[in-house]
Amino acid sequence: MNWFTKTFSSTVGRKIVMSVTGLFLCSFLVVHLIGNLQLFRNDGGEAFNIYSDFMAHNGIIRFMEIILVLGFLFHIYDALVLTRRNKAARPVAYANSHPEENSSWASRNMGLLGTVILVFLIVHLWNFFVPARFGGLEAVPDKDYDNLYSEIVLAFKNPIYVAIYVISMVALAYHLIHGFQSAFQTLGLDHKKYTPFIQKFGVAFSILICLGFASIPLYFFFFV
Amino acid sequence: MILDSKIPEGALAEKWDKHKFNVKLVNPANKRKYDIIVVGTGLAGASAAASFGELGYNVKAFCFQDSPRRAHSIAAQGGINAAKNYQNDGDSIFRLFYDTIKGGDYRAREANVYRLAQVSVDIIDQCVAQGVPFAREYGGLLANRSFGGAQVSRTFYARGQTGQQLLLGAYSALNRQIAYGKVKMYPRTEMLDLVMVDGKARGIVVRNLITGKIESHSAHAVVLATGGYGNVFYLSTNAMGSNATAAWRAYKKGALFANPCYTQIHPTCIPVSGDYQSKLTLMSESLRNDGRVWVPKTKETAEKLRRGEIKINDIAEQDRDYYLERKYPAFGNLVPRDVASRNAKLVCDEGRGVGASGLAVFLDFADAIRREGQPAIAAKYGNLFDMYEKITDENPYEQPMRIYPAVHYTMGGLWVDYNLMTNIPGLYAAGEANFSDHGANRLGASALMQGLADGYFVLPYTIGDYLAKMPYDKVAVDHPAFKEAEQNVVDINNRLLSINGNRTVDDFHKALGHIMWEYCGMARNAEGLQFAKQEIRKLRDEFWRDVKVVGVNEELNITLEKANRVADFLELGELMVEDALHRNESCGGHFREEYQTPENEALRDDENFAYVAAWEFTGVGNDPVLHKEDLKFENVKLTQRSYK
Amino acid sequence: MAGSNPNAKLMDLTLKVWRQKDKNSPGQMVTYPVKGISPDMSFLEMMDVLNEDLLRKGEDPIAFDHDCREGICGMCSLYINGRPHGPERGTTTCQLHMRHFKDGDTITVEPWRAAAFPVHKDLVVDRSAFERIQQAGGYISVNTGGVPDANAIPIPKSIADKAFDAATCIGCGACVAACKNASAMLFVSAKVSQLALLPQGKAERKTRVENMVAQMDIEGFGACSNTGACAAECPVGISMENINMLRSEYLYAKATSENI
Repeated sequence: MNWFTKTFSSTVGRKIVMSVTGLFLCSFLVVHLIGNLQLFRNDGGEAFNIYSDFMAHNGIIRFMEIILVLGFLFHIYDALVLTRRNKAARPVAYANSHPEENSSWASRNMGLLGTVILVFLIVHLWNFFVPARFGGLEAVPDKDYDNLYSEIVLAFKNPIYVAIYVISMVALAYHLIHGFQSAFQTLGLDHKKYTPFIQKFGVAFSILICLGFASIPLYFFFFV
Repeated sequence: MILDSKIPEGALAEKWDKHKFNVKLVNPANKRKYDIIVVGTGLAGASAAASFGELGYNVKAFCFQDSPRRAHSIAAQGGINAAKNYQNDGDSIFRLFYDTIKGGDYRAREANVYRLAQVSVDIIDQCVAQGVPFAREYGGLLANRSFGGAQVSRTFYARGQTGQQLLLGAYSALNRQIAYGKVKMYPRTEMLDLVMVDGKARGIVVRNLITGKIESHSAHAVVLATGGYGNVFYLSTNAMGSNATAAWRAYKKGALFANPCYTQIHPTCIPVSGDYQSKLTLMSESLRNDGRVWVPKTKETAEKLRRGEIKINDIAEQDRDYYLERKYPAFGNLVPRDVASRNAKLVCDEGRGVGASGLAVFLDFADAIRREGQPAIAAKYGNLFDMYEKITDENPYEQPMRIYPAVHYTMGGLWVDYNLMTNIPGLYAAGEANFSDHGANRLGASALMQGLADGYFVLPYTIGDYLAKMPYDKVAVDHPAFKEAEQNVVDINNRLLSINGNRTVDDFHKALGHIMWEYCGMARNAEGLQFAKQEIRKLRDEFWRDVKVVGVNEELNITLEKANRVADFLELGELMVEDALHRNESCGGHFREEYQTPENEALRDDENFAYVAAWEFTGVGNDPVLHKEDLKFENVKLTQRSYK
Repeated sequence: MAGSNPNAKLMDLTLKVWRQKDKNSPGQMVTYPVKGISPDMSFLEMMDVLNEDLLRKGEDPIAFDHDCREGICGMCSLYINGRPHGPERGTTTCQLHMRHFKDGDTITVEPWRAAAFPVHKDLVVDRSAFERIQQAGGYISVNTGGVPDANAIPIPKSIADKAFDAATCIGCGACVAACKNASAMLFVSAKVSQLALLPQGKAERKTRVENMVAQMDIEGFGACSNTGACAAECPVGISMENINMLRSEYLYAKATSENI
């Protein structure tokens, strides 16, 4: 192994990969949410459909899509490798253990939360991304773009989908509450002046982003 | 036997430099042909082993703990003295020398103590270079404090954890040599015998404490840095595992044991709270800088207090006896350890002690808190106050601490010459395990200094002088001398395992501790010592008849480990009593009630007892033979210590 | 005066203790009643009482590591009622007192659990992995003698204090025991930080962190998830800041050192 792969296959290095990809995925969440907020425009989905058509066909976006996929893959791959390692590091469990006395539930269950998010991701991609990207949607009459909006309206009349989406966003919130500030720690960015701000910002960020996403299925279920 | 201390000729200040020039050197390329065994990895052992490794010798280091870092040097709180005179307050090598000789009540060798003061300055440099985080001033330079009643500020410290930081420094140096392969470390391994070939120390027999395996290790020289024997008292501030076995088995192989009766009883420890008590905890001496020691003026008041009929605050100021301030107006609460301890015992013997047992005195911070405010006191002593509260469940900010003296350090140990070699060629003793530098009483912040002086700056020179004259030939561990020693160890273990009696090892240890504390503790007298000698012999006989040791040798067997150590304490205790009995004077940590001034101070007899008492083993139960090394004082005048 | 109260109510307790003959044998939890425990006893003194009982009955006493019994040597190491060194924060097992338990309590006592800390016997574990990590670089390479005067390099008090805070680690392993991943990051980072902060340690700061982290991984400790459990349970209060410092040291070293 050369020094580069050695660095990023050490426990510290892999966490750095987790951290960088995690922060990158956070930035994706912001962009994604801002785009999705167009669903709330009272225009029968026109703006949203134009936007989603742009996202599905623009070259730069297509390139970023690859980066995004890689981000997910590295994040998930290193999570799996580290989780396996961490399990092996304690082969015999304690008969009696009270970790709630020394750490937050989210921090100890990032793998579980991540798995929930991954399952959600698959459902979500299957619902919207695959049809939007690879065809299967009906076009909006007289326009040269598809009607993803109507697909969303339809999907979010299904209480099961709405429940899945909302629960998943709660999981994502917890994942981010620990993950956001943890990512900064993992990069060694720690300072008496700034760390408290990063921690508070991380909590606010996690809650706002996830509230934002969760509000969409709830809005369509109850109000449209 | 004539004891040759090998003190170099010449003026005091030049002896060590001259000696360093005169000692033989081992060629750098030949050092790798010599093996050295170091037993114990506290300050003395770890620093010696690391320094030997750096020089190029092959070193094997042994400790009974699971890591060298856990040796009990780690628990030293206060600090380490050095004649740096960084504070410009008049310190010098001679002053440190003088204070140490006087503090030791003129029962130490001038030449050794002077050398100690000389190398003290190098120790601080060495430790700082290793990354020891000593306390510093805002300007970035090292801070000092005054300690143990010294008139100058020469004590370097790292909060209340100086021993820990110094040991971790030596441990890091040791680790570096382990990584280089120059030191092979054997943790969880206990030395159980010394092996001699042709009259020279050539190796040791050890027991692997995990597997029970008895193994031999051969070398060209053996260094014992195994600490003191305070645990002979059962209750002491020593660690639970601290023991005298390595030194004692060397004694039984012919090494002389010097001044065994010199025991330091530290005045500020948390009192005993019950029979189950396993050890005593020291509260740093620095507390006496601000705390006032007192007991009720009358026995009646003390009794009422003990019965809970009155509260501490019900005792009016005029009914309190601040006895140290009363008797020693010049030094007050800051008198040396031996004086403070003895006076606490005196007032408790008068029935004026406090606490449920009546074996405690108050150390009161109320005045200091009133004067400086609680935050200021918390800044100075916060960690000590917390520790006190943790153990006693009492808040020392609100009520006075209860303290009582406890066994802390043993000045006696294996007799060594100026080169730190025992009378057995090739066997060295360093740190608390030897007797050399503290005389009859050790001053605060001097133990760390001595341990590191021996390991870093004395042994690396003097051991070369011996090795240079040794052939390179190694002795194989199947040599009959090794086989015989191994058999001896196996026999002792088998004997202990086969008794299957009724009393546990701890039971015997407690009984021994009780005898030692009562009759050979803070105050001794001939009658009591005679009685103690008989009692110890009886107890020892009973031990070998009735001790209960379970399990087998071939396992991690905590009772067998303890039984070996207590068996040795039962012999060592008798030697301490013997030494205390023969020394018809009082000096430092040895107070004979028959020999005191009208003011109850220690009364030395320089005419007849200005010597080192070195005892030779003649068989268990036989009286040991006394050898005397006369102490010559050419640079200091012997005076009665006075702290009035 | 609770500290010496002969009338303090004695407690009867039930202990569930991990017993294991040796490294290669399976172990199990064994239940022992203990009676007449004074609240002023330390936890280990309570264990002494139990052991004396066992011994009198001719049974094998419970092996546990301990030495100084004043909270500094780092030898004691019990996982008590689901937490390393028991329920009191900032306290080693030897300084934990029985007054924190109630009459009738059931107390579980287990060894540190980590692949890197195999059990020797009962509650005694092998922490030699820590030794090897220290040997990989936890030192400043200076020989005895020939060093500059101690005051030649001033060190700002704030830096010296920070280094001291990191240096107070007692190497007990509670951080590993507490961590859900059995990670040794707090232990390793304490030494890395101490020596990286001090000017004397700067010369080797890159190789030190590289080698110590590599050895930590070889020993089979888990990765750090920043749960903070280690720092919360550390009996001497080593802070998570040290872990973050280790990471920045590591990144800096890996990016700039010439070690391929």
